[in-house]
Amino acid sequence: MDIHEYQAKELLAGFGVPIPRGGVAYSADQAVYVATELGGWHWAVKAQIHSGARGKAGGVKLCRTYHEVAEAAKAMLGTRMVTNQTGPAGKMVSRVYVEMAEPFEREIYLGFVLDRKAERIRVIASAAGGMEIEEIAHAKPETILQAEVEPAVGLQPFQARQLAFGLGLNLKQVSQAVTALLGCYRAFRDLDATMVEINPLVVTKDDRVLALDAKMSFDDNAIFRRTQIAEMRDVTQEDPREAQANQLGLNYVGLEGDIGCIINGAGLAMATMDMIKYAGGEPANFLDVGGGASPERVKQAFDLVLSDRGVRAILVNIFAGINRCDWVAQGVVAAARDLKVPLVVRLAGTNVEEGERIVRESGLPIITAETLADAAHKAVAAARDHRAAA
Amino acid sequence: MSILIDQTTRVIVQGFTGDKATFHAKEMIAYGTHVVGGVTPGKGGQRHLDRPVFNTVKDAVDTTGAEASLAFVPPAFAADALMEAADAGLRLVCVITDGIPAQDMMRVKRYLRRYPKERRTTIVGPNCAGIISAGKAMLGIMPGHIYLPGNVGIVSRSGTLGYEAAAQMKALGIGVSTSVGIGGDPINGSSFLDHLARFEEDPDTHAVVMIGEIGGPQEAEAAQWAKENMRKPVVGYVAGLTAPKGRRMGHAGAIISAVGDTAAEKAEIMRSFGLHVAPSAAELGTTVARSLARAA
Repeated sequence: MDIHEYQAKELLAGFGVPIPRGGVAYSADQAVYVATELGGWHWAVKAQIHSGARGKAGGVKLCRTYHEVAEAAKAMLGTRMVTNQTGPAGKMVSRVYVEMAEPFEREIYLGFVLDRKAERIRVIASAAGGMEIEEIAHAKPETILQAEVEPAVGLQPFQARQLAFGLGLNLKQVSQAVTALLGCYRAFRDLDATMVEINPLVVTKDDRVLALDAKMSFDDNAIFRRTQIAEMRDVTQEDPREAQANQLGLNYVGLEGDIGCIINGAGLAMATMDMIKYAGGEPANFLDVGGGASPERVKQAFDLVLSDRGVRAILVNIFAGINRCDWVAQGVVAAARDLKVPLVVRLAGTNVEEGERIVRESGLPIITAETLADAAHKAVAAARDHRAAA
Repeated sequence: MSILIDQTTRVIVQGFTGDKATFHAKEMIAYGTHVVGGVTPGKGGQRHLDRPVFNTVKDAVDTTGAEASLAFVPPAFAADALMEAADAGLRLVCVITDGIPAQDMMRVKRYLRRYPKERRTTIVGPNCAGIISAGKAMLGIMPGHIYLPGNVGIVSRSGTLGYEAAAQMKALGIGVSTSVGIGGDPINGSSFLDHLARFEEDPDTHAVVMIGEIGGPQEAEAAQWAKENMRKPVVGYVAGLTAPKGRRMGHAGAIISAVGDTAAEKAEIMRSFGLHVAPSAAELGTTVARSLARAA
């Protein structure tokens, strides 16, 4: 789960990470009010969307007057902002963050990730901040410093000092950078984050160290014990169908194609989508109906897949382990009664004969398939015919 | 032979008296698994499925001589249950639970290293379908009837794709020695490599199918190890060619976030290390058949 920059900063500040003063605003008037409260002469107005690379998309404006603050907020609020990370649909800007801006001398990159190979939290730092980490790794790999955190004891001050001195900071700056590093680590650990990124961490002319931007992602599996994080969820930043699926406890990812997929098991779902592509088609979605798929759940899955208007055919592929095919078949038949697109069904595993009988005796025009390959080819052909007929 | 479990392995179920655990324990017993009891804290002294229930894993081990467990424990308590199993000296724990926080698994893996290698617990899973040694014993939730006893090992991140492979092989008359589901989470108890090593040592396994998916460095590591250490043929497959970058595809670990995470890259790495890569999931069975024929 992702959160906004201003939320991440609020959280990190609670762990002692130094951040510039700022406030969130939902309208141009509020933005001006925040600026007057903050005082000073320069403010940054920043669109709050779940995406990086906002600067290049016009989502960060440096303002010198209250009038400029109002204009910048007005220009951003209510628009869908497209960055190189959002996809063509962009993301709705419903709030801006107004922050005191001050000149800085250096930009540093700080990142904390869960390293799957080491099975540890890894800290990544670079003196070449301001660029994305992929860019740094490509253009200036020699500037990248790393530390691995021993899970039994956590990030140690000596490791933070090594990184801070390695970045070429002076003594005054080092102690603040150490505070920032240890604070980020504690936030990562205590809030079950999967990623914390401060890019850039800046050094001001008077030797202060500040997190100018902040990004945090959290482990969906740990949200149950992080209610504070759960409350930060902003569903306007999510695909509406995915948000709805999430409510229903289904795993759904929307894609560009026209063959809707309803499958049990994440691996089989991915493999079936690949098979559709291999057969010359394009999947419209990933959808795992999960273990004990009741007829109601299957119906919900159909509704979700069909809410994508681009769907020209549906492929159901169930390999029943915990599931029973007859149970799933009842749901499929119920959902297929008022279906307007062709439906291909492949059942295998526990109680397959009974499941196939239910489908056959329903009298509905359901196309059945024996194998994975057969199912994919039939779905691709059915979608093509349906397109041609429309 | 087989790896990890057979009909003599003494098994307990952690979370024994829960509904799902009860259902699957019955299935395991029906398949021939030597289930000697179970653990549910607070229900020690009772009997369930005609077997004793214990308060702690340690009690269960002391009384029954159990060596392996199937953990059916809710996500919030799973890490604790795994460390309890390790402390009690179980040789093997298979954990089915989906939804364990990644940092909990990180701490569990660290905890296991307290013990010397000879007595260190092997964890299979979490978020997996379990282990089955065809015709002998089952420590998991798979449909046992799709596995024909035989000489091919399966190791898979996905449960249902493992079923798909076993069913395709059965249709071609090819049987399975043991099938292991390592699970779909970002941090697994044990890896592809761990089980490839066991299959290489097992005289009754003649070839191995390794079924991967997008995300993480495991497949590449295992493929390289196989090239350097294995004499038996290895068939590979990676699901998720159509998966978009940065999106979690159902499994917590199935996400493309780094170089080498995509299905195309992993399949290419497997090929470069000499694995027989199945071009699609529909050709898992036929690719195994071809590679067995070539090895013969």
